[in-house]
Amino acid sequence: MAAADKIVTTTGLLGWVDERFPLTKLFREHMSEYYAPKNFNFFYFFGALSLLVLVNQILTGIFLTMHYKPDAASAFASVEYIMREVNFGWLIRYMHSTGASAFFIVVYLHMFRGLIYGSYRKPRELIWIFGVIIFLMLMGEAFFGYLLPWGQMSFWGAQVIVNLFGAVPFIGPDLSVWIRGDFVVSDATLNRFFAFHVIALPLAICGLVAAHIMALHEVGSNNPDGVEIKKTKDPVTGHPLDGIPFHPYYTVKDLFGVSVFLFVFCTVIFFAPEMGGYFLEANNFIPANPMQTPAHIAPVWYFTPFYSILRAVPPVFESQFPGVACMGLSVMVFFLMPWLDRGAVKSIRYRGSHFKTWLTLFIVSLFILGYLGTQPTDVWGRFGEGVPFVGGAERATWGARLFSVVYFLYFILMPWYTRWDKTKPEPTRVTG
Amino acid sequence: MKSVITVLATLATSFTISMSAHANVDVQLDHAPINPTDAASLQAGARTFVNNCLNCHSAGLVRYNQLKGIGLTEAQIKENLLFTGQKVGDMMTVSASPRDQREWFGNAPPDLSVEARVRGVDWLYTYMRRFYRDPSTATGWNNTVFPNVAMPHVLWSLQGMSEARVEVEKGEGHERKTIVIEAPTGGSMTTAQYDRTIADLVNFMGWMAEPHAIERRNLGFLVLIALSILILLTYLLKAAYWKDIH
Repeated sequence: MAAADKIVTTTGLLGWVDERFPLTKLFREHMSEYYAPKNFNFFYFFGALSLLVLVNQILTGIFLTMHYKPDAASAFASVEYIMREVNFGWLIRYMHSTGASAFFIVVYLHMFRGLIYGSYRKPRELIWIFGVIIFLMLMGEAFFGYLLPWGQMSFWGAQVIVNLFGAVPFIGPDLSVWIRGDFVVSDATLNRFFAFHVIALPLAICGLVAAHIMALHEVGSNNPDGVEIKKTKDPVTGHPLDGIPFHPYYTVKDLFGVSVFLFVFCTVIFFAPEMGGYFLEANNFIPANPMQTPAHIAPVWYFTPFYSILRAVPPVFESQFPGVACMGLSVMVFFLMPWLDRGAVKSIRYRGSHFKTWLTLFIVSLFILGYLGTQPTDVWGRFGEGVPFVGGAERATWGARLFSVVYFLYFILMPWYTRWDKTKPEPTRVTG
Repeated sequence: MKSVITVLATLATSFTISMSAHANVDVQLDHAPINPTDAASLQAGARTFVNNCLNCHSAGLVRYNQLKGIGLTEAQIKENLLFTGQKVGDMMTVSASPRDQREWFGNAPPDLSVEARVRGVDWLYTYMRRFYRDPSTATGWNNTVFPNVAMPHVLWSLQGMSEARVEVEKGEGHERKTIVIEAPTGGSMTTAQYDRTIADLVNFMGWMAEPHAIERRNLGFLVLIALSILILLTYLLKAAYWKDIH
């Protein structure tokens, strides 16, 4: 009997459990004896915060599901019923809607941390890949969820995005009908988006988050210096000299981070839940009307950089497919990061000017594309008729084209500029 | 076939024009002088709303007895705000169907439950004070905030009627048309009284769009105070644990 060979040192109830389930073992492996580098900085809060927001979305989502009706005739009213008549329904709904934007804020910062400290590099490629899949799932989750309030922006946003699939050569039109379950976004679409939003994607995301953390704990955390703490271990204990047990050190540190995050999060929930139209759009307080297209359809802020790329690409042979393909690539390209980066060091602290310049250009492009995605394409007016080549064209469209090119060049040129970069020597130990 | 395309193109164009008029971003809006905690103002606004708006516009997401939230008792709601045999637990609906209304008015009057969150209170406040006589429209009314709006000036007997003239300002290669509204005449209220009535109405519509807004802000202060204490405690806890880590 295998259980008899097992040495259980705990007693009482915990001992009883430990004989039957590896509770103490799991706690030790993942918490009290998981050694994390001691030099984590500000950017290392956002992994734990992503988990917090995920829990927030699931818990508030459960309560919203109790009152929400996934039915085109009553969806809009049921959301307002939650806002008005359900006890603290307004709070639950704002926690969920603000949580959606907060999720993207913390995940974007979490990804940015990966970019600057080279957290996707060997041996952490799989952590990164799981992470990019989580990001893709999260985008799907946000997109499906946005249809549920059944306002004008919900409806037309879904219409625009599903129509993108219509641009796929040959099978496009059939594909978009298949996704919608109808020829327009309708009750059938709402029902299936609800199914994806409340069970299919959350389930997948939770599984992937578990895989993301298991892969992390297998190879150990990176840190702002990008050096491996496992290389210098205490000869007696065998623990990394620059590592500290995750529990209690990082659990208490993350508690502090969580408190600060909650302060900011609650400020938005209680004092600016619409966030000036960025978190909840004014037009989404108009019930969906298939007969009336809003003058300006803008996605929620977290999709706008990718939406800008979509709009920037001109149609080829009257097909919108190149734009759709570029938008897809702009997200998928993150998968390649571990193999595009040929730098001698991981962390931005020891990188040279090439890397820093390209990263800056990338972030600037991302912000400008993000801004342009919230605006109509004529926001910057037009070039004068006399200007060669672009005469009469919209300035913002050409701006978006320029910055889309910069966005992709950051990835395409990465194998070269990271290799040619004049890097500084990495220290052998973390620098604190 | 060609004629069909022409018709479609014309429809598309008129659609675009009506939508752009809808958006109307370049109108200077007046700031609505409202206080969402002023129960008397909210109640006056509720009266104006029920007497004048709730005949064509519904507020179908609002229940009459939710008006307890602006300090009314159920008896007061029954006596003063229920006219058509509805019960105090009914939603604030209208009897005309949207389909009929579309036939009669060309456009179904929108439900106003959350209108203040769509337009903003300043927009509503300005809009309700910017009607003028215009013989070229079907109703004989027009509005500078919402050009060619289908709704006539329902409150004209309070504000009076305003004539308007178009002032053309000629610049370099372009001209700018401004509609100047003259002072209203024949209303039962002074301008100050009318503005107050509209401010109260808009205040009520703001409340109706988010009935828990005040509660939300009040609770927010408590939550932030509690979180500030939590930040302090967790900071001290972290510092205590980390004092030996260098």
